[in-house]
Amino acid sequence: MQEQARQVWMGALETLPLVIAAFPFGIVFGALAHTTGLSFAGALGMSAIVFAGSSQFIAITLIASATVLPVIVMTVFIVNLRQMLYSANLMHQVETWPQPVRAVLAFWLTDETFAVVSDRISRHPGEPGLRWFYLGSALFMYSFWLISTVLGFTLGEQIPGLANWGLDVAMIVAFIGIVVPSLRQRADWACATVAFFTALMTHDWPHQTGLLFASLLAIAVGMLVSEKGSAHE
Amino acid sequence: MNEWLLIGLMALVTYLPRYIPIALAGRVTLPSILESALDFVPIAVLTAIIAQAALVSGGGVDLSMSNFHALAAMAAFLTALLTRHLFATIAVGLLCFAALRLLF
Repeated sequence: MQEQARQVWMGALETLPLVIAAFPFGIVFGALAHTTGLSFAGALGMSAIVFAGSSQFIAITLIASATVLPVIVMTVFIVNLRQMLYSANLMHQVETWPQPVRAVLAFWLTDETFAVVSDRISRHPGEPGLRWFYLGSALFMYSFWLISTVLGFTLGEQIPGLANWGLDVAMIVAFIGIVVPSLRQRADWACATVAFFTALMTHDWPHQTGLLFASLLAIAVGMLVSEKGSAHE
Repeated sequence: MNEWLLIGLMALVTYLPRYIPIALAGRVTLPSILESALDFVPIAVLTAIIAQAALVSGGGVDLSMSNFHALAAMAAFLTALLTRHLFATIAVGLLCFAALRLLF
């Protein structure tokens, strides 16, 4: 029991920088939701039931431009396909987990928790207690996402224009802090470089498909480069 | 538009992609080529998100010096290269952004 609590704590602790970075993002979401005309219950409900930052942003942006419901749902689905890649990436680790544990923990699979969990896997492969570590990370992210949504919605009523402060920059620098230290081999750098430039070239593709295309192309290049590297050895 | 219908459908299309692969783990074995592809997922996806979030604004790629998001991202990138430390990277990136906003 003590060991499990320690793992929960470790998971939360390692997620702390990302929680700090996601917090202003949640505030901006709350404020934007308010501006868009979402009810308080709707904004909080979306954070509580959907719990996916970028999907929520896209949804309210589309609501603001009077997009019809099926298009919003379709866009959100496509944006979420990257989390399917995360989920697939974790398949080996969760093989021994009971199905209910998987069903619950999958709900909290965000960019942040995936980053922290996959970092732990690469540093301590096979170490037990991963599900408790994951739980700690997930609950920390979840509770602060809800708090920041409430705060943003409330502040948004009082501070008009809060959504334009550029607080989302926190997410960008946090992701940089995750990715850069993980760039170890030539193949990693090749993958990141291709992802970067392809994402810029495809930014105006509909429904964020450019993001998905850039990711897939970058993965392919990363594989080719690492294949070539191992052939030389 | 019905707010709760939208939220319910969004929840569904968010949860299923998160759950399905994890649910199938142990019952389905991925081909090894797919396995090695998945190793590159974090780098590929996060870098693509960073690129668009930092450099695309107002419908186009903004490489001007008035793009504070990009400048803060550049400062964060250099910090990450030098320190390989998450917290330091976030701190420098945010301080840089705050300073730019206050000064200009």
